[in-house]
Amino acid sequence: MTTTATPPPTERRSAPPRAKARPGDRIFSRSAQVAGILILIILAGVAAFLVREALPTFTADPSEIDGGEGFLSYVWPLVFGTVAAALIALVVATPLALGIALFISHFAPRRLAQGLGYVVDLLAAIPSVVFGLWGIQWLAPQVQPAWAWLADNLGFIPLFTGPASATGRTMMTAGLVLAVMILPIITAISREVFLQTPTLHEEAALALGATRWEMIRMAVLPFGRPGIISGIMLGLGRALGETMAVAMVLSTGGFTWSMLTSGNNTIAAEIALDFPESSGLKTNTLIAAGLVLFVITLAVNMFARWIVSRRSEFSGAN
Amino acid sequence: MSIDTLPPAGPASSSLAHNQLPRYTTQIVLVASLAVGAGLSAVFGGFSPIRFAVLSTLVFLIVNTTLSAVVEGRRKAVDKLVTALVYTAFGIALVPLISVIWSVLDNGLERFSLDFLQTSMRNVTGLNDQQALEGAAPFIGGAYHAIVGTFLITALASVISVPIGLLTSIYLVEYGRGRLARAITFFVDVMTGIPSIVAGLFAAALFAVLFGVGTRNGFAGAVALSVLMIPVVVRSSEEMLRIVPNELREAAYALGVPKWRTIVRVVVPTAISGIASGVTLAIARVVGETAPLIVTAGFTSSINTNPFSDWMMSLPAYVYSQAMRPLSGSSPQPSFDRAWAAALTLILIVMVLNLVARLIARLFAPKTGR
Amino acid sequence: MSKRIDVGDLNVYYGSFLAVEGVSMAIEPRSVTAFIGPSGCGKSTFIRTLNRMHEVIPGARVQGKVLLDGEDLYGSNVDPVTVRRQVGMVFQRPNPFPTMSIRDNVLAGMKLNSSRMSRNQANEIVERSLQGANLWNEVKDRLDKPGSGLSGGQQQRLCIARAIAIQPDVLLMDEPCSALDPISTLAIEDLIGELKQNYTIVIVTHNMQQAARVSDRTAFFNIAGTGKPGKLIEMDDTTKIFTNPSVKATEDYVSGRFG
Repeated sequence: MTTTATPPPTERRSAPPRAKARPGDRIFSRSAQVAGILILIILAGVAAFLVREALPTFTADPSEIDGGEGFLSYVWPLVFGTVAAALIALVVATPLALGIALFISHFAPRRLAQGLGYVVDLLAAIPSVVFGLWGIQWLAPQVQPAWAWLADNLGFIPLFTGPASATGRTMMTAGLVLAVMILPIITAISREVFLQTPTLHEEAALALGATRWEMIRMAVLPFGRPGIISGIMLGLGRALGETMAVAMVLSTGGFTWSMLTSGNNTIAAEIALDFPESSGLKTNTLIAAGLVLFVITLAVNMFARWIVSRRSEFSGAN
Repeated sequence: MSIDTLPPAGPASSSLAHNQLPRYTTQIVLVASLAVGAGLSAVFGGFSPIRFAVLSTLVFLIVNTTLSAVVEGRRKAVDKLVTALVYTAFGIALVPLISVIWSVLDNGLERFSLDFLQTSMRNVTGLNDQQALEGAAPFIGGAYHAIVGTFLITALASVISVPIGLLTSIYLVEYGRGRLARAITFFVDVMTGIPSIVAGLFAAALFAVLFGVGTRNGFAGAVALSVLMIPVVVRSSEEMLRIVPNELREAAYALGVPKWRTIVRVVVPTAISGIASGVTLAIARVVGETAPLIVTAGFTSSINTNPFSDWMMSLPAYVYSQAMRPLSGSSPQPSFDRAWAAALTLILIVMVLNLVARLIARLFAPKTGR
Repeated sequence: MSKRIDVGDLNVYYGSFLAVEGVSMAIEPRSVTAFIGPSGCGKSTFIRTLNRMHEVIPGARVQGKVLLDGEDLYGSNVDPVTVRRQVGMVFQRPNPFPTMSIRDNVLAGMKLNSSRMSRNQANEIVERSLQGANLWNEVKDRLDKPGSGLSGGQQQRLCIARAIAIQPDVLLMDEPCSALDPISTLAIEDLIGELKQNYTIVIVTHNMQQAARVSDRTAFFNIAGTGKPGKLIEMDDTTKIFTNPSVKATEDYVSGRFG
């Protein structure tokens, strides 16, 4: 929302000192407005072109779609893979990110903390393709034994059904790479809100005889909860849409419940892998899948915002 | 001065003095845990750094917490457990960071040279790579064409995004009222959440409609990157413009300066360091984008300096293609080496941009006299 | 419940800077002791050392003894957490936890120690503490509303209720009325008079009338100049401090002739 930084221009113009309105003002304000409207047009364009190019998928004969059974049966395993990879990433990254954020905000010596914050930001600056390269060449061989162990010992759980892939290029590994990529996002946002906890509340807790952890639970976490949630949701949105890590790390294939074998694929990775060589209806199908991804990430972002705006009564804003 | 004589300190039964562990207990337990962890990992299937770290951490968490719970009570124990977990989380997070940077340096430096930066991949085939591995021929092939492509595409994207983004943020802060401003704010937020591959698809679909199916060139890539870059520029500039104190604007108005001149001469210059560093960071973000370029600019092995026609290579796409589609299937190592060297180049570019952003923020910050 | 405090030759440092020097005093149980003095003289710094809250500020440390009924707060095996349970504190600005309801705010300290508390017990504690803070009648119908919705004076009394819910021996108040209007201030002052029956109360105040109204004994702190440490100049019965102090500087300060 716009704050009232300056009085509205209409009020200023209501009693103009000169009859002729300054043309410079008009040109400038109009061009600023046009730029803003252009953004709306671009976004409308994104939606329009995607829908337009996706439409043939829905009108085409189901047998012509990849897989031969129509768009829905084509896209749902991809949706499953997208959500599964993102959830793995979230489950791994969230506790770690909160730990790091707390470490920087409340545990590390003050002088060290700033440097550490910078180091975490550094992680965020590394391009995704580098993470993909690292994932396929370094991480996958390292974690393969762990997956083999999981498959041997917990194989009765559908998610861990063996035999584990010998290359380590599995959903679990892709999820781990995604976790590393969203770690700095969640960390940065949580750290910011943790640091903003009013000293008054922290001291109130300490004066009641709280230990450091109890103080964090009484004052820091409740205060930071909306921030934590929006950080997690932003991370989720990023994980859902992230392409390269999955496209490079995962050895793709058809749907399987197991996260430890090759197989499955995400929407984003499917597009990156197939789009460059696609033509005709396949192109339309991929764009339609992209539209589905867009809708999912949009829903996640909206949900995040709704959560943050809810319960503002207890938010400590006053 | 009213000084009472102090009563003798320290009665035997004290309500304040809780049972507490000696001060260096934690450190001692830590060292002991490391030793035990090393021993355990040797017993269970041989020593490995990962097994050692995991076992030592577990031993430490259990022993330290139990000890504290027995001697100091539950609350203190929970506090110590959480402290240990927080430190562990930080330690775990260092692993990928260090390992990414180490593997990029270790693998990338092998082929990183002036030659690599100055040659393209034109006429380099799998046969060359095989001969290079056998030592029969020199290692050839570089990323010059990809660097040129990345530079052109990113520059074009910046030329599109910065004016739109900056003007929009000015509109939002200085002029925007009512429904239009709210709609723009809302949709800029929506745009921030667009997955990069979807931005690529949009540009691909747009160019397919305008110039025919399968059109791929650098400009399409720049359009895709712009979709990702504009919201970042709007957000950071908006934030910077908002913290310009209102007194400055009012002072200018009071001197009879028209509003647009106030913005151009007073507001924007005050915020320029923040805006410039925000823009630089936005560039650093899109320079590493891969997915949108794969579907819009395509791949090529030759130098192409015209972003408006023909396929154009970029550094991220180069890394991707060398890693995933090595020139020679039987001896892929030279291609992998090129991928790492290109990754190193890319990281260096991103780091330099980040540093530049920081420098800009510091150098051009308004002089406060402090 | 109420305990006495004896301070022996206490120095407080921020890093290498000596902020308060050589304070010795005795604080009687079931009495109100006021600390007065000009800004920056170390009153607030000193009161924080009485429950080790100064340790929250990086680099702050003390030398000397603080005895609570004869036990040294700074003994080698004393946990600051335990100290703060026995020496409660109310701050300059009211600071109820914004994310908690009025009820949860009062119970915040209790929940730390006894995780198992029957609903009846909890209700009893909430009512007793809010009664004790003269707030019960005003909030009993909205215990589940956030504490931040109350007025400033009510919030401060809520903080007092929160502090006395854990039944400390001593209650420290660091300028508890400086952010409040005169009517709320009066309410708090009345409350201090009642709380004195059960607690040892130490209050820092800038308002000399307030010190004269509420306290039994008054300690005057002063500072020789910027960069110099604050010192305890004089401590005596309040009536004596305000009518016939034995040190010239005290007389200048209480009579308003202070530099």
